[in-house]
Amino acid sequence: MIIRISDDAAALACGADPVAAAFEKAGATIERVSSWGMHWLEPLVEIDGHGFGPTTAADVPAILQGRADALSIGLIADHPFIASQRRLTFARAGRTRPLSLDDYAATGGWKGLERAHAIGAEAVLDAVTASGLRGRGGAGFPAGIKWRTVANTPADRRYIVCNADEGDSGTFADRMLMEGDPFCLIEGMAIAAHAAGAGSGYIYVRSEYPHAIAKLTAAIEASRAIVAPFVLHVREGAGAYVCGEETSLLNSVEGKRGEVRAKPPLPAIEGLFGKPTIVNNVLTLAAVPFILAEGATAYVDHGVGRSRGTMPIQLAGNIRHAGLYETAFGVTLGELVNDIGGGTASGRPIKAVQVGGPLGAYIPPSAFHLPFDYEAFAGADALIGHGGIVVFDDSADMLAQARFAMDFCAVESCGKCTPCRLGAVRGRETLDRIRSGGRLADVVEALPQMHNATAAGRVRADEVALLTDLCETMQYGSLCALGGFTPYPVMSALRHWPEDFGLPAVEDAGQGRVAQGV
Amino acid sequence: MERPDADLRLDAAIARHAQEEGALLPILHAVQREFGCIDETAKRRIAAALNLSRAEVHGVVSFYHDFRERAEPRPVLKLCRAEACQARGVEALVPAATRAASDRVAIETVYCLGLCSVGPAAMADGQIHARLDDARLAALIEAMA
Repeated sequence: MIIRISDDAAALACGADPVAAAFEKAGATIERVSSWGMHWLEPLVEIDGHGFGPTTAADVPAILQGRADALSIGLIADHPFIASQRRLTFARAGRTRPLSLDDYAATGGWKGLERAHAIGAEAVLDAVTASGLRGRGGAGFPAGIKWRTVANTPADRRYIVCNADEGDSGTFADRMLMEGDPFCLIEGMAIAAHAAGAGSGYIYVRSEYPHAIAKLTAAIEASRAIVAPFVLHVREGAGAYVCGEETSLLNSVEGKRGEVRAKPPLPAIEGLFGKPTIVNNVLTLAAVPFILAEGATAYVDHGVGRSRGTMPIQLAGNIRHAGLYETAFGVTLGELVNDIGGGTASGRPIKAVQVGGPLGAYIPPSAFHLPFDYEAFAGADALIGHGGIVVFDDSADMLAQARFAMDFCAVESCGKCTPCRLGAVRGRETLDRIRSGGRLADVVEALPQMHNATAAGRVRADEVALLTDLCETMQYGSLCALGGFTPYPVMSALRHWPEDFGLPAVEDAGQGRVAQGV
Repeated sequence: MERPDADLRLDAAIARHAQEEGALLPILHAVQREFGCIDETAKRRIAAALNLSRAEVHGVVSFYHDFRERAEPRPVLKLCRAEACQARGVEALVPAATRAASDRVAIETVYCLGLCSVGPAAMADGQIHARLDDARLAALIEAMA
């Protein structure tokens, strides 16, 4: 009997190792596999396809003796959370041993790379373009156009850089892929290198992901001969959120401060060390082996509008069924959060959902009809970003969340441009004044005849006007998304939950708000 | 750092990565792993090895949150306080954790360990822990102290 237990960081952090050790002590054979992504059930134990979770070492005797009905979830593959997904990028999640070349090849691994070599660089560029694949890192730029630009730019060297600086709170799909299916990313990068004529590449991984770094390093070593002459390196970040911005990331790989570069020139023309460079997110590159192996049409068939293929969505925060859910674009936010996610973990009503990381808008339940699609979100002043969804229950204080967004921007700003560097600090101060009633004491002292409540309201309105103005300056004046998008969480919090800012509540909590956009 | 043994270890850490493209970050990580920090001497020797100015090296060291100019003698607990962990109540854990740590354990804030589905989460001496509550966090800190 083989017992399968994940060694994904989410499983490890929930105590997978002691569970595995207890099974081994009882004489069972353990196979450490990737995670299915049902993180609320981790550590999830799989025996002959049947799942048990969440488990502790104390549950091991009961599971072995067939007395663990309370923990049983039945056949994992039939579980609604798994069965209702459309897994292309995460097709191997839960099914293979991350560092097993045999498992990888047995599940279709390297087929895409073989086909890429067979059809030639030009045809690979055509296939990626025809697939409609867009960057999964947040910006959604068409991958085929970027790749062709790099391939067509004359140069003595070209690079492939994988942006694995997944710093957004609420996102962990990159981490799961790097830990669970590292050869898939490596294959995608090797295909990109073949298409663009690049000799070497870097995977820039944040230092907060030591398990991903270890897995990738071992996987690169194991697959060196397969991807040769392409040479791949892992580069460890050093705790700077802004290095998720592609030009900051390039500076960081070069050994510089991770300050953003002004664009143009685009990295596709002058990227790493001044050479043409493909910079793509982990999930973008990991989608490529499927496209090559199964054909562009197979990929285009999924999705809606201009959002093609699937999106690995990360359900996080205060949500019952937290984990990774890969599906075609077009599913609504409400379906994701309520039907698939099962509502809040705390059992209290949902107050807000932040989509797209710390720079994403806070969305109220009245807008849960929004379909998950780049254009639909953009049209509602929101972001899909990297597909992270963080759920908050009604105990959330939206002024505090807005303040956190400003504070985060102040801490993580690279400092290159003024709107972000100073704007975030001023934004934090302004929110603090709104919280404390502004310079109310001064005002009331100066105008003793003025009614206190009126004065408070006026000062608060002044501060809110200042905050709005500041956000506009940051949005339109910042060089990169850190300063430019911080206004999304701040302004969406203010717009939808003005009562948390000491302002009159919005009367119509339903359709009225939505009509004005999210 | 104790010299001259430290100098040899420093030069070895630099030499391990000096030939890489964009060698500075790998060198800084290697030096910090070796000594727990990147001090003035290290900055000067790294600058000399890479043909950079001392100011350039200092600029990089001070830019990144991971790099320290002085070693932290205490064990370090990195507590995630980003939005997903906030939504699962990490802020309510901070006062008790701070009391439990007192001056024996350093509590640092980290923005996201990628454990957003199982938060609140923390990294203690490199080991990750999830689903923290007051009791589990206190036990973790006690085990480190």
